[in-house]
Amino acid sequence: MTANSKPKLQFDRFAWFWRAPALIWQSAFFLAPLALVFAMSFWVVKSYRLTPDFVLKNWDRMLTRDYFWTAYLYTFEVSLLVAVLASVIAFPAAHYLAFKASPTVRRWGIFFLVTPFFTSYLVRIYSWKIILSNEGVINVMLGRLGLGPFELLNNMTGAVIGYLTLCLPLTIIIQTFALSNVDRSLIGAAQNLGCSALRTTFKVTIPAARIGLILAATFAFILTFGDYVSPSYLGGGSPPTMSILIVDQTKSGNNWPRASVVAVTMVVTLITVLFAALFAAYGRPGKAQ
Amino acid sequence: MSRGIAWQGVWTVLVFAFILTPIASLVFFSFNADRFPSLPWGGFSLEWYRAIFADDTVRAGFWRSIQVSAFVAVVATFIGFATAYTDYRYNFRGKMPYLAIAALPPTVPVLILGLGMLSFFSMVNLVGTLRAVMFGHVVICAPFAMALIRMRLADMSPDIEPAAWNLGASRWATMWRVTIPWCLPSIIASLAITAAVSFDEFMIAWFVSGLEETLPVRILALLQGQVSPRINAIGSLVFFISITLAAIGQLFASRKESTA
Repeated sequence: MTANSKPKLQFDRFAWFWRAPALIWQSAFFLAPLALVFAMSFWVVKSYRLTPDFVLKNWDRMLTRDYFWTAYLYTFEVSLLVAVLASVIAFPAAHYLAFKASPTVRRWGIFFLVTPFFTSYLVRIYSWKIILSNEGVINVMLGRLGLGPFELLNNMTGAVIGYLTLCLPLTIIIQTFALSNVDRSLIGAAQNLGCSALRTTFKVTIPAARIGLILAATFAFILTFGDYVSPSYLGGGSPPTMSILIVDQTKSGNNWPRASVVAVTMVVTLITVLFAALFAAYGRPGKAQ
Repeated sequence: MSRGIAWQGVWTVLVFAFILTPIASLVFFSFNADRFPSLPWGGFSLEWYRAIFADDTVRAGFWRSIQVSAFVAVVATFIGFATAYTDYRYNFRGKMPYLAIAALPPTVPVLILGLGMLSFFSMVNLVGTLRAVMFGHVVICAPFAMALIRMRLADMSPDIEPAAWNLGASRWATMWRVTIPWCLPSIIASLAITAAVSFDEFMIAWFVSGLEETLPVRILALLQGQVSPRINAIGSLVFFISITLAAIGQLFASRKESTA
């Protein structure tokens, strides 16, 4: 082949033309900023100027404060809650799309689930803010029935509604693909042997789709853990989440090193959760698919 | 059995209603004459649309967002294509970490990317410029472009390019005459999808744009103030633009064998 007839060690301009762009761009604008966040957590602010250094002061300052750990635990717990909620809410819908819906319905379903992913999350949260307010549609309608008004904003209810808006579409998509790939003959066999529909779902379908279901929950966790908009605009910012701490330290506190400490803690947590999830999905030895 | 299908169908409809409610309500109340976007209905009005078209900060933000997403769409699609082609055609040492770097950015919370880019761009004096927003958006958009184009390349037989080379075509000519035409639907899809992602992105933009507010950053600022149907009107416009781009993208991405 002509392409391979050149001596191997010669610089292959064609190959590098296609290989280099991602390497250069992501090194400069992705890896470097991330490395900087890590490095900055050891820097100091001297008379309003960021100065490279190697001190543990920022870490010490943050990790010994109660509000940091309160924020950390709250963020972790609410992300876990949303991962479970989103998975449970999504499952019947994904099951329906994967097994019961006609191909046309499934295609439209997936279309409606992919679309929110590319349309403004910010705008959707604004819309919820109005709907959920005391004068909003829900409380007005409940008021006509003589109920309420219910406090749906500036608390965890509001934040969770926002998180679900963010996570549900992706959760349903991943679950639908996972369920679509389950071998139908397994399900047929279980039912032929007299297994009830519910029992088949829990004993056959869910174990067979385990990897996708775990991944779906993991993505819900990751999205929730890093989100700033729902906790601040629907949740009212109290208790603060890790993301709110970062914004406070950056925007009003102007203390980038401390914001970096929070950011590094988040990244480490997310990587740990991701590996734990991958281990749970793939790594259990001795269990057949 | 059929009862099982019925409740799952109802549940699915409810879940979709939950996902689509904020969008429907947003658009619906953008035409409401009342000052507060809620029931009872105060009559049909285009007042809020008129108000935002007359607002200079909104117009400026809109124009900046258009510039940013046009730049991002082209550059991210080029990088995405180059990476997808590299993955399709070559095996080399370090390919795994290479692909990891190329694919990972969307898994890092944008807030953390925003913080990193803010400090990085401030060192090279780019904070407060539109270029900083553009550079940052390309980082998160290129992986989407790569994924879309890679899926299309997966359907191209690996023997087609060597066939052209054996017939005497140079690798550049083969790329231009064979590979790119084959990928064209996914390239168009990628231009639309990356433009949509960039047009909606507010976190990186909020951190690095300074006073050069893009439209979503403008919306973020408005969100911190009073509720106003003007935000419904801007939101509806933003929504229609991104849904159009997303729909174009999906239309082209799902096209099969149309250029063969």
